[in-house]
Amino acid sequence: MDSRLDAKIPKGDISEKWENHKNSIRLVSPANKKKIEIIVVGSGLAGASAASSLAALGYRVKVFCFHDTPRRAHSVAAQGGINAAKNYRNDGDSVYRLFYDMIKGGDYRSREANVYRLAEVSSHIIDQCVAQGIPFAREYGGLLDTRSFGGVQVSRTFYAKGQTGQQLLLGAYSALMRQVRLGKVKLYTRREMLDLVLIDGKARGIIVRNMLTGELERHSAHAVVLATGGYGNIYFLSTNAVNSNASAAWNAHKRGAFFANPCFTQIHPTCIPASGKYQSKLTLMSESLRNDGRVWVPRRLEDAEAIREGIKSPADIPEEDRDYFLERLYPAFGNLVPRDIASRAIKRMCDAGYSIHPGGDAVFLDFHSALEHYGTLEANRLGIHSPSEETIIRLGRRVLEAKYGNVFHMYEKITGEDPLETPMKVYPASHYTMGGLWVDYNLMTTVPGLYAIGECNFSDHGANRLGASALMQGLADGYFILPYTIGDYLADDIRTGDIPTDHPAFDRAEREVRDKIERLTKNGGRTPVDYFHRELGRVMWDKCGMVRNAKGLEEAISDIRAIREEFYREAAVPKVEGLNHELEKALRLADFLELAELMCMDALHRNESCGAHFREEYQTPDGEPLRDDENYSYVAAWEYTGEDISKERLHKEPLVFEFVEVKHRSYK
Amino acid sequence: MESMRFKLKIWRQKDRNSPGKMVDYEVSGISPDNSFLEMLDILNFNLIKRGEEPVAFDSDCREGICGTCGLYINGRAHGPGKGMTTCQLHMRMFKNGQTIYVEPWRAKPFPVIKDLVVDRSAFDRIMAAGGYISVDTIGNPPDADTILIPKQDADRAFDAATCIGCGACVATCKNASATLFVAAKVSHLALLPQGRLEAKRRVKNMLLQMEREGFGSCSNIGACQVECPKEISLENIARMNRELLKAILSPHSDD
Repeated sequence: MDSRLDAKIPKGDISEKWENHKNSIRLVSPANKKKIEIIVVGSGLAGASAASSLAALGYRVKVFCFHDTPRRAHSVAAQGGINAAKNYRNDGDSVYRLFYDMIKGGDYRSREANVYRLAEVSSHIIDQCVAQGIPFAREYGGLLDTRSFGGVQVSRTFYAKGQTGQQLLLGAYSALMRQVRLGKVKLYTRREMLDLVLIDGKARGIIVRNMLTGELERHSAHAVVLATGGYGNIYFLSTNAVNSNASAAWNAHKRGAFFANPCFTQIHPTCIPASGKYQSKLTLMSESLRNDGRVWVPRRLEDAEAIREGIKSPADIPEEDRDYFLERLYPAFGNLVPRDIASRAIKRMCDAGYSIHPGGDAVFLDFHSALEHYGTLEANRLGIHSPSEETIIRLGRRVLEAKYGNVFHMYEKITGEDPLETPMKVYPASHYTMGGLWVDYNLMTTVPGLYAIGECNFSDHGANRLGASALMQGLADGYFILPYTIGDYLADDIRTGDIPTDHPAFDRAEREVRDKIERLTKNGGRTPVDYFHRELGRVMWDKCGMVRNAKGLEEAISDIRAIREEFYREAAVPKVEGLNHELEKALRLADFLELAELMCMDALHRNESCGAHFREEYQTPDGEPLRDDENYSYVAAWEYTGEDISKERLHKEPLVFEFVEVKHRSYK
Repeated sequence: MESMRFKLKIWRQKDRNSPGKMVDYEVSGISPDNSFLEMLDILNFNLIKRGEEPVAFDSDCREGICGTCGLYINGRAHGPGKGMTTCQLHMRMFKNGQTIYVEPWRAKPFPVIKDLVVDRSAFDRIMAAGGYISVDTIGNPPDADTILIPKQDADRAFDAATCIGCGACVATCKNASATLFVAAKVSHLALLPQGRLEAKRRVKNMLLQMEREGFGSCSNIGACQVECPKEISLENIARMNRELLKAILSPHSDD
């Protein structure tokens, strides 16, 4: 194994590793912290929490985001909740159980020590957030309420209606703005990172484009932290925000940071289906809905067809003619199977002709049983004896709206239908990327001094992420892990002094970015950037999406190259001063067009099915994924070697499981 | 599927210092299921193909939660419809062939950057003045369930905390006041025991910063509540005023 892939996992029993590590790593004294600058790129949950914590420790922090304010980062859109092993319900939860659920949920493709640590700090996150005033949902007795998410059999998800991400992000943003006020954080908004600057092999700065003036700026620091999110927008249509992109991470990769498991991308089962060719994004319907919603299609093909044609309505299909296929296929977990499994099952039903959506593919997510269930309970609580059906539904509606109100409203605004009257129509969409920059136990990439936290790293979710664990990871990395581990590296920099931005390495990086921009603005093309992004998205969705095979992936690679070539020749990028959204899009797409090829290469090389990576050639007779632990129990970490992506070099970090038994992953 | 066409009158402005004007455009081939921003995407797609400069507008999540988008449509912040952002507005809410006026937020503390894009950084500075509980995020706070919070207080705090910082309240207010924005944050934190300790300082500092940024005062018209995409209630303004009164009348007592 390449020595650059040393994960630096501490010795000892899994429950002692983090404590041992904290006790043995080097510290930077409060007086010396003032001499050290840290750049944080991205202001979502990971970035904002890291920046506020690093500033509170005493470092000088600079935060960069491409939004007009840090509060817009896409963590804001996370709906359902955040996991923590608090065991407040006394339902058998523990740190080990959360750890085990995540390892299994990730189909044994994540690193044990990192996942255990995440489970360990999870409960402090809730304490921290409550201290900051996050208005989590509560029970009548004043204690915190919880609910369940996919792939688990306990109730450990804390939430704030369907706006948990918003509330957590605003908490981190508030803490960040407090540090801005105190002068410990300098905030740079509307800046997009376009390159990483290395001096003597260490990450020492970044080149950003000021999106208001169009100028390139140089910023230096002793360490650079990327918290720039995932690359789900590579599919064009995704639940990501339209500006979410991979450029910061991808350009760091081109400067030496290995990119791990790029083919592990999560397709979320329940999103509002696409409707028409100009759709700009897809909207998630929270996984938490599967606590109470039941997924079904008609049992008979002719009923499905009648619904598609508007001849029948879902209410016309009697109970016995409905196929609640997740409950049928996976009785132990029912509707709450993990995302990868639910997505594939939904795709399979639609491919077999059971779609109920006139414009394409979709299945029902139905809340009728929940309306009756909660309505009856609520009637009991209120002391209403023998309530009418109408009363039950009315009371049930009140309970469900309190739990998921905004998600229902979002659905109604987009589709014009009330999901408590007509069942929701849902279909899978690109949502999250488990792959990302390779990091060691300290969250440092293969470039010394470059850290990656939150969704932009790869470490915690293996081949499939469980619901409500992205928020957990973002805040764990930012509040509780990075602030410790970064000191170990920075201890060497207490005498370094400020890093000058007139170093030749800055000249070179800035020149390269300038050339890239000129190449895009000078080609005289007439085709809008979005056209190429849609084309790329179509190829990736069809050939590197929920289901993959060798032939399709090979075709995808040549398709991507053709799109890339056409893009550089034909893309229309106006050369205007100042704000230039088309140039922003073009720069991001140029990077997606390279990453896409690596994604397909990674998917092609991994001759097994695991988690979200489903290769048709590798499945059991009943269509379940067939993992190959003998040959593929490793992290695939790719090294950039030059413009030709096909020449990227593969490094393998073996995955060793000492504290869980590696088993077939079953939710039946 | 039905195809719609619209006449658009859109505010174009090169930069902060240049004068702007309304420019006429036409779009066709629009589906009633397109969102308003997708309709503008289609317009831009066609403008780029013709070699013209696209209309600049901000958007990001396109699902009503990030607060980035915000257009003044036919004289209303976020257009017709209740409790929604511009990105949640769909073309089915307009009549085929209708003329639609599209303008940026208009308020002195929100200067126009370009076309429909405005600078709302004043909101960040108001937040920095006190929109938080002063705990460092590196400590070991007590177990979360040691603080009991009545459900109704937690729910009301949550309702206030759902503000997305879009600025519709300011854009629609004839005084360009940010009172609802400030009141939402003050209320959220004042309703929770954790937030009480700094309640007095917070309300004074945030309102002072609001004034410094050039926002106007509240004259209780209530347009902000009507146009707020998160339907944040005027009750929060009343609560903030009570908090301010307490802060002025007994500045030294704890609560």
